Amino acid sequence: MSQATERTIDRSQMQVSDEVAIQITGMNKWYGTFHVLRDIDLTVQRGERIVICGPSGSGKSTLIRCINALEEHQQGQIVVDGTLLSSDLKNIDKVRSEVGMVFQHFNLFPHLSILENCTLAPIWVRKTPKKEAEEIAMHYLTKVKIPEQALKYPGQLSGGQQQRVAIARSLCMQPRIMLFDEPTSALDPEMIKEVLDTMIELAEEGMTMLCVTHEMGFAQAVANRVIFMDDGQIVEQNEPKEFFKNPKSDRTKLFLSQILGH
Amino acid sequence: MADLSYVRTQMVPQQDPPITETGAIKWARENLFSGVTNSVLTLLALYFLYQVLHEVIPWLFFSTWNANSLAECREIAEGGCWAVIRERWPQLVFGFYPSEYYWRPVLTFVLMLVALAPVLFNGLPRRMVWFSALFPFLAFWLLWGGSLWLPVAVIAGFALAAMSVIYLPALTGTLLATIVAFIAPVLWWLFLAAPVASILQAILPLAIEPIESAKFGGFMLSVTIGITGISLSLPIGILLALGRQSNLIAVKAICVGFIEFIRGVPLITLLFVASTLLNYFLPPGTTFDIILRVMIMVTLFSSAYMAEVIRGGLSALPKGQYEAADALGLDYWKSMRLIIMPQALKITIPSIVSLFIGLFKDTTLVSIIGLLDPIGLSNAIRADQDWNGIVWELYGFIALMFWIFCFSMSRYSMYLERKLQTGHR
Ligand SMILES: Nc1ncnc2c1ncn2[C@@H]1O[C@H](COP(=O)(O)OP(=O)(O)O)[C@@H](O)[C@H]1O
Ligand SMILES: [Mg+2]
Repeated sequence: MSQATERTIDRSQMQVSDEVAIQITGMNKWYGTFHVLRDIDLTVQRGERIVICGPSGSGKSTLIRCINALEEHQQGQIVVDGTLLSSDLKNIDKVRSEVGMVFQHFNLFPHLSILENCTLAPIWVRKTPKKEAEEIAMHYLTKVKIPEQALKYPGQLSGGQQQRVAIARSLCMQPRIMLFDEPTSALDPEMIKEVLDTMIELAEEGMTMLCVTHEMGFAQAVANRVIFMDDGQIVEQNEPKEFFKNPKSDRTKLFLSQILGH
Repeated sequence: MADLSYVRTQMVPQQDPPITETGAIKWARENLFSGVTNSVLTLLALYFLYQVLHEVIPWLFFSTWNANSLAECREIAEGGCWAVIRERWPQLVFGFYPSEYYWRPVLTFVLMLVALAPVLFNGLPRRMVWFSALFPFLAFWLLWGGSLWLPVAVIAGFALAAMSVIYLPALTGTLLATIVAFIAPVLWWLFLAAPVASILQAILPLAIEPIESAKFGGFMLSVTIGITGISLSLPIGILLALGRQSNLIAVKAICVGFIEFIRGVPLITLLFVASTLLNYFLPPGTTFDIILRVMIMVTLFSSAYMAEVIRGGLSALPKGQYEAADALGLDYWKSMRLIIMPQALKITIPSIVSLFIGLFKDTTLVSIIGLLDPIGLSNAIRADQDWNGIVWELYGFIALMFWIFCFSMSRYSMYLERKLQTGHR
């Protein structure tokens, strides 16, 4: 399960600053009568790389989707980059353009070419001139190592390539925070590595990242904090070494024994 | 134990396939006589085809174009009598439009092709779209005539709306600006447009001979109603479909109510409402053009169907598309315009074009409320004692004309599907 990364990781840029990137206090969310997130308190400093894990249905996706207001929360506060998320659409748009999101199923736009996928938001949201937007897009496509696919359509690419395009598409908005919701879960094993490598590079550049993933190798390599969720609550969090070696809660132990496959 | 090892000593060169596997023989064997059922059906079809052609070919072959009445036709030739088409051609095309002004509908038709080109095909200069946007007003003026200032005043209403959208938000906020953008032009059209147009006309007369709606007829009428209905029902249908999905209860209720009401009523009923009932609701003395009323009804009718077709396309899109658009910070209208609609429309092209074709053919229903479209005219022609009793030639010709229009639409939709297909899954 754990995809060990062979390359040595450059930690020089991976500085956690004192500045707060995301502050969640006393947050609760219900789907109808179902209490899906309960009393979430979480502070993310700028530069942190956080891995969130937990059993299926524990509310991991819901939590990170609340951070860019894809889901509404009913109680508590979420402050992203100093902006309080409320029903005010202006704030929501502001947060969304600051926060990049990568989905499990890529969600590329199939009717647009790779390049158009990447330039769309900069052109229409940031009002970047087309030419400049294309330069930025090519820069990030080169970074995720698929500049030569720029004129193809998503349907012509492999899963791993599509996911890297999705990452590049988010980066084109030059976000300060990146959210990943199981970015490798829909991929064949041989493609997982190329996506993880891209994510590791991002971490090396100091991006603030929240990743829902079960890639424990990735967690050990780059995360500075692992959060374990169950039943809509944060059950345990710790730095990766301690988390894997000395899990405190029984739920965590059970989960780790299942996921590490013994 | 058999020996499992084998080594080929001589390679086989490429050979021609057997004669029964190539060309026409192969094709016939595979497609026409591939089994007992297929062979029997082929033979039956051939027999049927023979019977039909046996009747039709002589009828076409021994037909005549030169006669002044059906009786004369029958004396000259035993086949079809196309003379009726030759004699009534201008009427079938233009209705009772004055013949010295035929150039106006003809020019309108040519300009329509120019206006359609940048909409239907890309690769043309984008600036041509401005002409397409102006065309409806130009067409209205050319066909009905009168003062040029009237369409100009109508355009001014749209300009008013555009200006409210562009300049007002900075002063009043988006919501108020949107409301003003809807209300200001309506007030303008209702109360100011006509007086302003007549004042301008008095200052600088720019007018051509007005032609009243009663003179309109033939294919010109069908095309005018059909094209108007087609080009308006798509945008209205899109708005209704979006409204039906809206979170705003009031908007949703209005859209659902409208769609379900219109779909529950036959088009004929709506046309009767347009031709008679509407007069009771309008203030006495107002003349509200009958063709305009019919156009509105046809448009509303097909908009409701269009909305449902598009809603089907919308619900076929995975939720992830909406989420990705939201996550990138696109607002509602931008994500609809750039992400959702292009995909929803693409998958519904075949149904949309079917609706267009249906709408175009349904324009013949206006003959029932007394408008002289080709069908209405054909009744008049057959009542004429010269042509009393003619059926096949007249209806065959009308059918052929409709078929040409509808077939072009169908081919265009296939072209569009293929074009949008490139490079996709
Ligand atoms: N739109 C929704 N409506 C109702 N329940 C939902 C919805 N989305 C998720 N849930 C429920 O919320 C819980 C948490 O879901 P999710 O955050 O997707 O879990 P995870 O990502 O940890 O697997 C699950 O029990 C799921 O069934
Ligand atoms: Mg999930």
